[in-house]
Amino acid sequence: MTRDRANPRSGGRLMDMVPHLILMLGVLIFAFPIYVTVIGSTWDAATIGRGNLPLTPGGEMLNNYASAWSESQGNRVMHTPVRIMMWNSLVMALVIALGKIAISIISAYAVAFFRFPLRMVFFWMIFITLMLPVEVRIIPTYEVVANLGLIDSYAGLTIPLIASATATLLFRQFFLTIPDELVEAAKIDGAGALRFFVDVVLPLSRTNIAALFVILFIYGWNQYLWPLLITNSAEMETVVIGITKMIGNGEAATDWNLIMATTVLAMLPPVAVVVLMQRWFVKGLVDSEK
Amino acid sequence: MATVDLNRVRKSYGAVEAIKGIDIGVADGEFLVLLGPSGCGKSTLLRMVAGLESITGGEIAIGGRVVNGLEPKDRDIAMVFQNYALYPHMSVFDNMAYGLKIRGLPKAEIQARVAKAAEILELGRFLDRRPSQLSGGQRQRVAMGRAIVREPAAFLFDEPLSNLDAKLRTQMRVEIKRLQDRLGITSLYVTHDQVEAMTLADRILVMNHGVAEQVGTPLEVYQRPASLFVAGFIGSPPMNVLDARFDAAGQGVALPGGTAFLLPRPRPDMAGRPIKLGVRPEHLAVTSGDGPLIVTVDLVEALGADTVVYGRLPDGEGMVVRVAGLPFCREGETLRVGAPPDALHLFDAETGRRLAD
Ligand SMILES: Nc1ncnc2c1ncn2[C@@H]1O[C@H](COP(=O)(O)OP(=O)(O)O)[C@@H](O)[C@H]1O
Ligand SMILES: [Mg+2]
Repeated sequence: MTRDRANPRSGGRLMDMVPHLILMLGVLIFAFPIYVTVIGSTWDAATIGRGNLPLTPGGEMLNNYASAWSESQGNRVMHTPVRIMMWNSLVMALVIALGKIAISIISAYAVAFFRFPLRMVFFWMIFITLMLPVEVRIIPTYEVVANLGLIDSYAGLTIPLIASATATLLFRQFFLTIPDELVEAAKIDGAGALRFFVDVVLPLSRTNIAALFVILFIYGWNQYLWPLLITNSAEMETVVIGITKMIGNGEAATDWNLIMATTVLAMLPPVAVVVLMQRWFVKGLVDSEK
Repeated sequence: MATVDLNRVRKSYGAVEAIKGIDIGVADGEFLVLLGPSGCGKSTLLRMVAGLESITGGEIAIGGRVVNGLEPKDRDIAMVFQNYALYPHMSVFDNMAYGLKIRGLPKAEIQARVAKAAEILELGRFLDRRPSQLSGGQRQRVAMGRAIVREPAAFLFDEPLSNLDAKLRTQMRVEIKRLQDRLGITSLYVTHDQVEAMTLADRILVMNHGVAEQVGTPLEVYQRPASLFVAGFIGSPPMNVLDARFDAAGQGVALPGGTAFLLPRPRPDMAGRPIKLGVRPEHLAVTSGDGPLIVTVDLVEALGADTVVYGRLPDGEGMVVRVAGLPFCREGETLRVGAPPDALHLFDAETGRRLAD
């Protein structure tokens, strides 16, 4: 209705176009580097190496992607095939996202629904860890993981990142909106704590879970510093690490075409998750279906 | 079906005593209404019966079995909440069936019970819907259905109609009454609405500040209120209460202005003592000239069937008169008003309790 009102007035159309123009400009600025990357992944290394990359697609696309995907055929030292790195990244992102959701929804359930001694102490302890991102506690965490012999393992890669104060707090806030009477009705119906969790709390949380999954998957996929420390062998490299390692250190020419192809491939899973879960994601952010 | 017995039941929240010792025996199949103003402890009492609040003192027995230590699910009760408390993500069918599934009833039995409840409540067409796709009245019926399918020993209702609009409330009131008559299940029903209480109850327990002021049938509570509190709470507009004094012989009572009323039964023992005199607005009659009370009219409310006149006595005390029919007087006029002797209620001036008559 508000949109219709702008049209009949003179100049209304122009006023409508200004925001669109601004948005389009924004999209261009945002999209151009991605476009360059995609184009770059279709040319050979020599063309890019000369320093003036054409803005139209080249003919090396299949070659580039094939060699990035499997074994290296480029100039530089052997690099880990993208398919292995993507797999590592996928495992890491999934375990982190699902692990964070699982742990935090259970902690939030405890804090929101149960009265136990020191409940608020635990709540504040969780809250305070918000102030301690991975980077701050990275040295002691590394020490612990190394002593446990978890270097170069999926466990070492993911477990230290799984605890999540943010997700716990989000779930707690949502749980507090579940009316007491619903909890009591379930008690009278005979549902114990576990049943209530499975039959009522989980289904009511599903849009929140979906929204968090999208956010946390991308968070996990994009991890850089921690995987850099914890992975030594090429077999364990994640794709974000792999890309940086592919940039040569001056001894050999850098295979920019392969880097571009790898980058494009690395973008696909997060994009897929967002696109597939978009409907749920928006729903989870906007309403709580009650 | 079962009796519900409360034996000197008390509840404290820290230093605050919410329920100060309540005794009541609810007969098998009886409909007991807990009536009282907001904050008097009705919900607390009901929730203690349900097992949702712990019992500080005394005993609660359902069907002769003390339930103090039992979980809500083991008390064989079903509860209907003010906000319905339906599971938002379940269909109407699943909402009703959930408690039965947990109890492990066979599928066919669940089907049959839900179908029967749905038929009684006319919910058959809605079984696949979500609560959000129902109107308030329909949600209320689903909440009732969830209670019915359990076939419990007792129904507990906590202000179940408060969220409905006036018309629906009247309609649902009638439905609840009919349903309870038909099923004959012992029911405890909390409300602050006296009309609900009067129309639904076999007996009313009037509560005030965690104390039972009176237990009685609706007519007993109306005709012989046990205290000034009950007298003021039941009836609309509320009873007129005037300061008065027994005459020297205890034959009658007199207002400070001198107006005297003869009592049906003399009370020589009370001669000369102060008293609170109560008379209901609807029991006052406007007389042609000899009424003992002179009322100056402040405000006239025409309700259609009735007219309510707000006025004052010569000494400034307020007086409300309710008369059948259309308005018959104007603001500023004076009326002569009288009351028959058996419409007078006498209350102790200090304790507020009704004088034995
Ligand atoms: N959890 C609680 N903690 C402290 N006081 C409470 C609690 N629940 C109820 N009360 C007090 O007990 C009294 C009775 O409450 P309630 O039974 O809800 O009243 P009603 O249902 O009659 O309106 C109120 O004064 C209320 O403040
Ligand atoms: Mg209440």
